[in-house]
Amino acid sequence: MNALKKLFGGNTRQFGMIFALVALVIFFQIFTSGRTLTPGNVINLFNGNSYILILAIGMVLVIIAGHIDLSVGSVAAFVGISVALAIRDWHLPWYAAVLFGLLLGALIGAWQGFWTAYVGIPAFIVTLAGMLLFRGFNQFVGKSNTVPVPEDFQFLGSGYLPEVGPKTGFNNLTVLLGLIAVAFVIISEIRARRTAQALGAEVPETWVMITKLVLINAAILYATYLFATGRTGTSFPIPGLILAVLVLIYGFISAKTVIGRHIYAVGGNRHAAELSGVQSKKVNFMVMMNMSILAGLAGMIFVGRSTASGPFDGVGWELDAIAAVFIGGAAVTGGVGTVIGSIVGGLVMAVLNNGLQLLGVGADLTQIIKGLVLLAAVAFDVYNKTQGKKSIIGMMMKNFGRSSENAPDETTSTKEVISKEA
Amino acid sequence: MSTPITHQDPILLEMRSITKEFPGVKALSDVSLRVKVGEIHAICGENGAGKSTLMKVLSGVYPYGSYDGDIVYQAEVQQFRDIRASEQAGIVIIHQELALIPELSITENIFLGNEPVRRGIIDWAEARKRSIELLARVGLRENPDTPIKEIGVGKQQLVEIAKALNKSVKLLILDEPTAALNESDSQHLLDLILGLKGRGITSIMISHKLNEIEQIADEITIIRDGKSIETLNVKEDGVDEDRIIKGMVGRTLESRFPDHTPTIGEVFFEVKDWNVGHPQIQDRLVCKNSNFHVRRGEIVGFAGLMGAGRTELARSVFGHSYGRFISGQVYKDGKPITMRSVRQAIDAGLGYVTEDRKSLGLNLLDDIKTTTVSANLKKISRGMVVDTNKEFMVAEQYRKSLRTKTPSVEEGVSKLSGGNQQKVVLAKWMFTDPDLLILDEPTRGIDVGAKYEIYGIIQDLANQGKGVIVISSELPELLGLSDRIYTIFEGSITGVLNKDEASQESLMKLMTSSRKAA
Repeated sequence: MNALKKLFGGNTRQFGMIFALVALVIFFQIFTSGRTLTPGNVINLFNGNSYILILAIGMVLVIIAGHIDLSVGSVAAFVGISVALAIRDWHLPWYAAVLFGLLLGALIGAWQGFWTAYVGIPAFIVTLAGMLLFRGFNQFVGKSNTVPVPEDFQFLGSGYLPEVGPKTGFNNLTVLLGLIAVAFVIISEIRARRTAQALGAEVPETWVMITKLVLINAAILYATYLFATGRTGTSFPIPGLILAVLVLIYGFISAKTVIGRHIYAVGGNRHAAELSGVQSKKVNFMVMMNMSILAGLAGMIFVGRSTASGPFDGVGWELDAIAAVFIGGAAVTGGVGTVIGSIVGGLVMAVLNNGLQLLGVGADLTQIIKGLVLLAAVAFDVYNKTQGKKSIIGMMMKNFGRSSENAPDETTSTKEVISKEA
Repeated sequence: MSTPITHQDPILLEMRSITKEFPGVKALSDVSLRVKVGEIHAICGENGAGKSTLMKVLSGVYPYGSYDGDIVYQAEVQQFRDIRASEQAGIVIIHQELALIPELSITENIFLGNEPVRRGIIDWAEARKRSIELLARVGLRENPDTPIKEIGVGKQQLVEIAKALNKSVKLLILDEPTAALNESDSQHLLDLILGLKGRGITSIMISHKLNEIEQIADEITIIRDGKSIETLNVKEDGVDEDRIIKGMVGRTLESRFPDHTPTIGEVFFEVKDWNVGHPQIQDRLVCKNSNFHVRRGEIVGFAGLMGAGRTELARSVFGHSYGRFISGQVYKDGKPITMRSVRQAIDAGLGYVTEDRKSLGLNLLDDIKTTTVSANLKKISRGMVVDTNKEFMVAEQYRKSLRTKTPSVEEGVSKLSGGNQQKVVLAKWMFTDPDLLILDEPTRGIDVGAKYEIYGIIQDLANQGKGVIVISSELPELLGLSDRIYTIFEGSITGVLNKDEASQESLMKLMTSSRKAA
């Protein structure tokens, strides 16, 4: 067990969820007699969930900052129909339409951010209003009709990496992408290790690093193999590519930039953040605005995939996105959560959905199971908070010898209570 | 005993050698208290002496079994399980923070949890009738249907007393009843307490305002460091404020401070005519015409009792982060400067270490290195990107120089002890390289050894030519650390004493009265 802990080092939180995901995949692979990990099914899984995962990226930032956004489904639908209409009526080319959609998302986000950050209305209320508002706008501008989009725009939601170069039996671009990913993982790991050594920080032993790299890269190569060997005309899907780029960008923003730090600070302790010079209003505004931009993007991808925009697009998406974030280890009270965790949380839900479908479990039972999984995940989170601020992932890691993680300092807190009382 | 009310034992309450422990701390040790029937008994002590803890033991907040010792009330040993049990016995406590619900009316508040019921339905007519009687008894002329939020704090305090009277109170406990009141409201309340005494209601009063105690109390019990020191009879012992102060502070001073010879430069920071309003209450000022200055290399103390306005003053200067700014001017190096946000204050070279480390000073979810750089991310960033290597190096450097005890700077701050948490907070502000660092209760909840180290850090900062302001409730700490001490009382600066002329007595005097020092 100690070896496992070493293997995943500081990132035990993410490991817990990845572990659950892998277990789930193996479970379904066995019980669907191998129908889970086929190229067709995996591609399908990504295509059918990429827009929820994109929403989860924005949602985790909103939840880290201590808010919630209930309007993302409606915003996605409104942006979707607006873009579809703009293409039909104004004859915008696809790239201009995408730009238009992102701009509209930004505008909507500014509206919601204004009420949340500067007027001080709880985001729950603002976005509940937004949920009604933008659903209404969707049906108003679309006259409750379905508006089709042209084929070049559909590429956004249902396109694949094209076939180029020599016939290898694989999709060459997908293979290239997989190899780049492998190289990236190896190089960044080695670089991080070198700097850590240079700074005199503790680094795990070489065998730990090598095992870790082998495991991660094996997973990447296996996924590459699945994506590159699908039925002709399919390969790594465009929505998956967009998702991958967004995960990289937002993962970087949340972990390594000033604004990312500020989001965690505001969500973790708003007063402390303000007294350290963080402009919490600005942070809240940007987080809400960003969410609506991503909702717009998700809406466009969905429209591309379903070839048309309709009055009931995006119903219930907010709930899927929120569920993904919480399963992914974010705390209800803010300040905790990661982009990659939310993606994994979303994948857990997606794999569950997909696997149960393959097993022939009805929609009724699927919903019951999903509901219980969400409840269990958040129940652990709440329970752990009463036990001293540990997230669900920390709980899962108990078995891996990290039980003392973040135990509160009992003596100090009582001393302070007393000095306050007197 | 001049006026024996009945022929029974004139002692209403006796608390016998009460000891209350929290994990790692003995809050009360062998405390005894005797309260006679029909008297006003004051309890005095410094912040943290254990007064409120004692009252919580009495009122059942800390239930029977969680403390050692006996509570004898009306000649019987009591075993209160909760507040309800003590209230049934006629003991009612009125806390410093009033427990009224702003949206409900006076009547509804008085009868909350105690509603007159007829056939399962609240009899509001009866309640209203009785509340008019109760309001008359406390001398409050208000419509009983008025919502609580529409009457001032002084009147709210009277509603609390009316509520207590409705519970047929025999022993009324008032925790800092006049802390939030202005002079005339305070006087009215004191008169009322005297009036209640005339009707046979016994009161225990906790107060920092010694003039009030001297005015109305019959007996005074002094508590210091969780022990009962003495009980004084105001008339017989001829007690005055100086006598009470002596009892409150009379501990022996050990050498608890590192040696330090200050090198004090010229005045570089000045605040003039500083007026700040209360954030919620319209006409209340939390800082009244305050003037102070700090010299380079100087450690300036701010003494004042809780609620005197020390923190309010510091935070309002620090980028208007508290209250409504009304007027005043800050000068730095002779030039007037304006700081309307915390960011501007930090950029102007100020730092502020909060009094309440856990709720205002730290993000307990963070680790040490993120906390250390959190107030000055710019310094370790290129563009918008944080250089995590530099972050690690900075945190590591402060860990070594401040000797923070932790396995690594990647550790969560919630896992550190109070003293080490405070070192991380200090590191965070030292990294902003301030010219003036304001420390609000820098050693609260910290053990003696760590205190010594924190004092050393503060002195080092002063040696580097920075100005340091230390706000503290512990007078020995201020006396040991400061080169000069300002005293604050009810939002006004009442005096300034140099190190050599300050003593606990002289400070306490200035902290508890509005008399200006000569």
